[in-house]
Amino acid sequence: MRYETVIGLEVHVELATESKIFCSCSAKFGGEQNDHVCPACCGMPGMLPVVNKHVVDLGMTAGMMLNCDINRTTTFDKKSYYYPDLPCSYQTTQWFAPVAVNGLVDIETSKGKKSIRIKQIHMEEDAGKLVHDDWTDTSLVDFNRTSVPLIEIVSQPDLSSAEEVIAYLERLRSLLRFAKVSDCRMEQGSMRCDVNLSVRPEGSDKLGVRTEMKNMNSLTAITRAIEYEVARHIDAIENGTEELVQETRRWDDVKGKSYAMRNKETAGDYRYFPDPNIMPVVIDDAWYNGIKASLPEFPEIKRARYIDELGLTEYDADLLTASRAFCDCFEAAYEVCGSAKEVANWLISDCMNILNRKQMTVDELKLDGKTLGELIKLCMDGKVNRGNAKKILMEMFDSETPIDPAAYAEANGFIVSNDTGKMDEVIKAAVAADPKAVADFKGGKEKALLAIFGKCMKELKGNCDPQKLREALLKHIDSL
Amino acid sequence: MKLYLAKNENVTSPAVVLDDMILTSDLPTTGGSMMLDNYMSLFGADIIEKLTKAGYAIAGKANVGEFGIDLVGETSYYGAVTDDKGNLSSASAELVKSGDVLAAIGLDVNGAGRRAAAMNGLVYVKPTYGTVSRYGTIPAACSGETVSVSAKTVSDCKAVLASIVGHDDKDGTSLPEEKCELVKTSAASLKKVAVIKSLTKDIDADTAAKLDAVKASLTAAGVTVEEIDCDVLAYAKTAWGILMCAELCNNVSRYDGVKYGHRSENYKTIGELYTNSRTEAFGELTKTAILYGSETLSDDNYMPVYDKSLRIRRVIIEAFASLHAEYDAVIIPASSKAAYTEADINANKYISFDEALYTAPASISGLPSVVAGGVQLIGKAFSENTLFEAAKIIEEGK
Ligand SMILES: [Zn+2]
Repeated sequence: MRYETVIGLEVHVELATESKIFCSCSAKFGGEQNDHVCPACCGMPGMLPVVNKHVVDLGMTAGMMLNCDINRTTTFDKKSYYYPDLPCSYQTTQWFAPVAVNGLVDIETSKGKKSIRIKQIHMEEDAGKLVHDDWTDTSLVDFNRTSVPLIEIVSQPDLSSAEEVIAYLERLRSLLRFAKVSDCRMEQGSMRCDVNLSVRPEGSDKLGVRTEMKNMNSLTAITRAIEYEVARHIDAIENGTEELVQETRRWDDVKGKSYAMRNKETAGDYRYFPDPNIMPVVIDDAWYNGIKASLPEFPEIKRARYIDELGLTEYDADLLTASRAFCDCFEAAYEVCGSAKEVANWLISDCMNILNRKQMTVDELKLDGKTLGELIKLCMDGKVNRGNAKKILMEMFDSETPIDPAAYAEANGFIVSNDTGKMDEVIKAAVAADPKAVADFKGGKEKALLAIFGKCMKELKGNCDPQKLREALLKHIDSL
Repeated sequence: MKLYLAKNENVTSPAVVLDDMILTSDLPTTGGSMMLDNYMSLFGADIIEKLTKAGYAIAGKANVGEFGIDLVGETSYYGAVTDDKGNLSSASAELVKSGDVLAAIGLDVNGAGRRAAAMNGLVYVKPTYGTVSRYGTIPAACSGETVSVSAKTVSDCKAVLASIVGHDDKDGTSLPEEKCELVKTSAASLKKVAVIKSLTKDIDADTAAKLDAVKASLTAAGVTVEEIDCDVLAYAKTAWGILMCAELCNNVSRYDGVKYGHRSENYKTIGELYTNSRTEAFGELTKTAILYGSETLSDDNYMPVYDKSLRIRRVIIEAFASLHAEYDAVIIPASSKAAYTEADINANKYISFDEALYTAPASISGLPSVVAGGVQLIGKAFSENTLFEAAKIIEEGK
């Protein structure tokens, strides 16, 4: 018999806010344990939640990027359960009126295109972290991540293979990073997902027994886990190896197996009810339209525009549109210097090289696009040669303060000189000093002139237009 | 008998006492619970700064029933408070009555302060919900609980309230400043009041006598007093009981023995740590409320019980709105009996829920309530000045 797999995903994404959802503690990753805590986020009585507006901005942005309807009145609710990493023993989340509902995300796999329906996106707070101390055999709790804002993106059970799941997750990551909703770093846990999976005979309209694997945070582990679970389900159905029960399972990526978690931990009546301390958030037209206007172009639309309108190659367009930071820088620089091809070259070769050397990712590019455009323009106008322009670029990466390329070139003697008298003098001296090279050149060895050319360049400290130098050199030799 | 759970030395005059539901950073705050015995907060309530700025000294912390959900003052871990005749009273009312302090600030969760003020002949105000910051108060039933003031005279009560009213960014339910200002500035308008007959059927002779005296004073001052029925207000008792217990259950779930507060010495697993710490540290009424509240929020009961209570809240608010369209104040008793004894509690452990028949209408609606002459006057939002004017007439008529 042939089987089909039915998968729904719950994807948690940590929002890129400076502070936590209900207090002013830093929401940054890292820090010493319990460094980013205050009475509010470690559950002391008397603190009241005040919603960080930026969280709602990002919740709406995510909703719009995933083609959702936005609930113009959205409310927060409390979800109760006891766990030591949850300081209030309740999590503030959205149950009755989540910020966004009914979305659609397009994915593409080897089997073609498909649309995945989004049930809802809700905003909520993260929990802390338990750290086990083996030496004293005690558990300690770190509240740094407590109340860091999250959105949970709940899909309909529209996915049917590991390949589709990966395509969906990569699509979410690309859209959310583009819209600066989150950095979506799975390895840091800022994007993680719960996989709900069941298997049924192909064509059947009845769903099979569903199991859930929680907190998956690597694409390879997700693929392996799905493949393992599907095989386990089919084995159970066909061979009766075990009785499938609806349960939560934990994936052990080292052993390559999933394990049932104790039912007690997972069965839950969470006693949701509206949080009386948080007034309903009403999204008026001005707020809604402001977010709508701030949405970025989708990456594939940018890519098409870069190719069709700006004449970039597919290769260049792919590289640039992999990162919002690169696109922003590219577009700002293009605005200033007017050459898409030049900007693409500078970004893809020079900037990428510098990032690699600094072991930074493309998303960490902080270069100001307008400044880059000014530098490229200086270069295109022949005012600074490329070698010196690269030195200026390096300085733009290293400097703490903004660099004005023209002023910097001026101050460091990088401006190409128009003093032809000086150039002629240098050429005369260099030619006179190397008669053998001149003779070789005249004898047909083109390359013999390179040594003299280099010497002139060095003498001029690079501040000349190489083309003009070459012409002047040839003219001088001709005249001999 | 403990009136003060903590006391400041060398207190200057005028001084106020804070119910131990209000957090202080220099004195422990217990909420009347063993769970928070000796608990030191890292911060104090917003109102403390406002009181200090207005020149009031903080005398100390008054004993309260556990988490303020009781009505008769019998549930404090530190013992019940009685008056000189042996009737159950409240610590803050005793301190105000004896002149030890000018006023007492409390957190009105279920109306215990109103009941005590009525019994002791004090003036008490529970202002419009959202006009005094709840930042730094121990949360019990956040959708209705309100910082309140009691004093011997109307003018003291009014002055202390004026000093703490105002918007606070740290409280998401705090109303905008211009709304809060209305509590102090809106003009009094007292022409016609209504006594709700349907809520006077079960009151004792003492309470009935107080009600008659109040009616007489108001009539003598030219205010029209009418008697009407409004049956729907009686539903507030059960609905508020459900909302209050559900919210309390959720709010006290943070006391798990892990981070602060009482931790049992008897545990091996995290489950035992939770269960034993909470079993040892919570009193019986709190446990009752937790179980009741937890049940009302369960999957099966949410819609037919909890959600229904939220709908009843809206019905009560609408009923008050139509009453206030015609009457400047609605008069109801603050309790069925003028005084309770330990024997009453022993006969009915759930008196705090039953007696809420009189206090719940103002709690669930968030409307301002003033106690004077042993009865309760409920006005529309921001009509505190009208209620104080009635209280002044009652005060002078004595
Ligand atoms: Zn915090």
